[in-house]
Formats: sequence, C-alpha cells, structure tokens
Amino acid sequence: MAQTRKQLLTDPLVDNNPITLQVLGICSALAVTSSLNVAFVMSLAVIAVCGFSSLFISFLRHYIPNSIRIIVQMVIIASLVILVDQIIKAYAYEISKTLSVFVGLIITNCIVMGRAEAFAMKNKPFDSFIDGVGNGLGYSLLLMCVGVIRELFGSGSLFGVMIFEPVSNGGWYVPNGLLLLPPSAFFIIGFIIWGVRTWKKSQVEARDYKIQTLEEH
Amino acid sequence: MEGLISLAVKAIFVENLALSFFLGMCTFIAVSKKISTAIGLGISVMIVQSITVPANNIILSYLLKPGALAWAGFPDVDLTFLGLISYIGVIAALVQILEMILDKYFPPLYNALGIFLPLITVNCAILGGSLFMVERDYNFSEATTYGIASGFGWALAIATMAGVREKLKYSDIPDGLQGLGITFITAGLMAMAFMCFSGVKL
Repeated sequence: MAQTRKQLLTDPLVDNNPITLQVLGICSALAVTSSLNVAFVMSLAVIAVCGFSSLFISFLRHYIPNSIRIIVQMVIIASLVILVDQIIKAYAYEISKTLSVFVGLIITNCIVMGRAEAFAMKNKPFDSFIDGVGNGLGYSLLLMCVGVIRELFGSGSLFGVMIFEPVSNGGWYVPNGLLLLPPSAFFIIGFIIWGVRTWKKSQVEARDYKIQTLEEH
Repeated sequence: MEGLISLAVKAIFVENLALSFFLGMCTFIAVSKKISTAIGLGISVMIVQSITVPANNIILSYLLKPGALAWAGFPDVDLTFLGLISYIGVIAALVQILEMILDKYFPPLYNALGIFLPLITVNCAILGGSLFMVERDYNFSEATTYGIASGFGWALAIATMAGVREKLKYSDIPDGLQGLGITFITAGLMAMAFMCFSGVKL
C-alpha cells in the first residue's frame, strides 16, 4: 500500500482537494452554497454517494467488462442517487425543493465518476470506501467554507440563526446582496484557491509565458 | 410561437446553463483554453442537448408520468422515481449512437469533435437540461426549443470564456492565482455581465 488509510482520508482535504486541485465537481459546489442548511444536506448526500459507489464498484471491479464500465458505473451511481433523493424528499422536503435538480446532478458529479474510475476500479473495497468518503469530505469542506462566507455576510445568519442583526430588522448590519447572487461563488472559490496555493506552493500552475523584467532585457 | 421565442431568449441569456446555474462547469473550466476546441465542444453539446431534452420529454410523458402508461393498460402506475436512471441511460445511449453515426457518415466532423463526444455523457449541463425540463413541466415543443436554446447558450458561454483566456495568458498574474484561480474570477465577472440580461422582457 502506497498510502495508509489515514492518508486516504485526509489527503483530499487540502493537499489533493477535489475542487481546488483536481477541478472536479464544481458545478454543484457553486449553486447550492447560498445557505448553509442546503450546503450541509448536499455535502452529506455527496459523501454518502461517493463512499458507497466506490465501495460497490470496487466489489464488482473484477466482473465489470472494460468496454462497458462507464455505463455500469453510471447505473450504480444513479441507483444510489435515487435512494438519496427519495430519502431527502421524505425527511427534508423543504430543502429538497431548494436543491431542485442538484441532487439528481450528483450522478454527473465528476468527483464520484472520477474516484470510481481512478481509484475504485483498482483497489480493495474498504480502501475505496475510505477514499470515496475522503474525497466527499474534501468537497464538503470547501462547500461549507463558501457557504459560511455567503450566508454570514450575505444575510447575516448561520444555519438560519441570526448572527448579525440586519438593518431591515432594526439591527446594524447592512447585508451584502452580491453574496447571495450566483457570481459571488466564483469569486469566493477563486480567492480560496489563491489562499490555498499561497500556502501550498507546490500546487501553483506553471505560466505559459514568462514576464520579462527590465534587468533581463 | 411568441412564447417559444421568449423561452429561447430566456434559456440563452437570462438562465444561461453555464453562467447562472453553473452546469457543465468542470468541462467549462477544463476545456476553455483554446477557442477552436471550445467551439468544437460547444457545438457537440448543442447537438446532444437538442436531441436528449425532447427524447427525455417523450419518455417522461409516455412512460414515467403518473397515468402515462394508460395506453398499455396500467393507468395507476407512477414511475417517476425511475426518472434519473432513465434520463442518464438515454443520454449515454444517444451519445454513443451519435458517435457511431458521425463516425460512419460525417468522418470530418467526427474527427473534429473526437474526444469530446464521450465526455458529454458526464457533462452536467446535459442532464441538468433534462431535469429542468421535468421540473418546469415543458410540453414537447417547449422542450425542443429549450434543448436547442440552452445548448446554444452553453456554447456561447464557453466560446467567450476561451476568448478571454487566450488573452489572459499574456498577463502578469500573482503566482497563487495563476490558472484555475483567475479562471474562476473571470467566470464570475462574466456571470455578472450575463445578469444584466435578466431585465430583458419579451
């Protein structure tokens, strides 16, 4: 084993985060973060689907013919997503309305497919499960960071509980409306990536062109 | 007819799949480095989208909806919970068929699109389009219009993004922001620009 199980779980959090480094699963990360409740339910759903799909695909990995593996993986993932979708509809109907199509879109979430393809097809079931959960956690971590920033500064609350009393309720905080709009998620993730890459220098991408300085000229 | 035109304009500009719903972002960010490849991908998404949305609409209204199986003698059956798995099945199958047809009859187009076709199966924009169609209860003609228009909107977004990124690589960007970071911020600015369209009423 190249990596211990603990590393499998913790690596995707920062060092190999699915969103900031592998560029996977961005679609839903941006759309569901305007309130923490929704982001939290979405994170749980992704962790569950990612972990279990890796587990089952890994169980079946010797029986899946290579030429139709994508379809087989899709069917496994889609069945799990249907299960999650029905559970959310049963126990958190309000949230399922806000999530609208995004639960269904976990099927095409590249993190799930990516881990199935890159890890679960080659490794033992238990390791794959941990790897799936780890990547789900990495995704959730970023989702929660963005969610906290957007909800706290956009509407002055966390998990729907008022933290900053907004002016409209007679408080002092003027909510920043931009943060509730879709584009703000792009900026926040962009800045988070900037932060992470300043901290972990090895993740910086190479330039296509080097800027010439006056001395070199 | 007027309704359809306003639906199309809304799907292209106001509710652009890429820039206001963030669908297909993974490919949007990953394949927007060069204009020519971006346009190739955009066109393939448009083709697939304009076939799959109406196809899924037919499946929904004749097989899955409550009471849809009345023609087969099962008026009480509700199969909507099978929706997700059938839509993704249809998409995967159609992409495969399209790939074979293009390979047989239009080899130049096939070679140009090449690797992008299989990738489209896992593009969230395609599945998202079908799911929006279900959620908003479109009928067949609305679904067809929505499919074509939303595909076009996505293609437009990725082509513009590629245009911006081609210029961006000559600029002096802080090290940590290089690549992915600045792409996100650019996409954010573009999304804000597209929000201006939300005042357009037809």
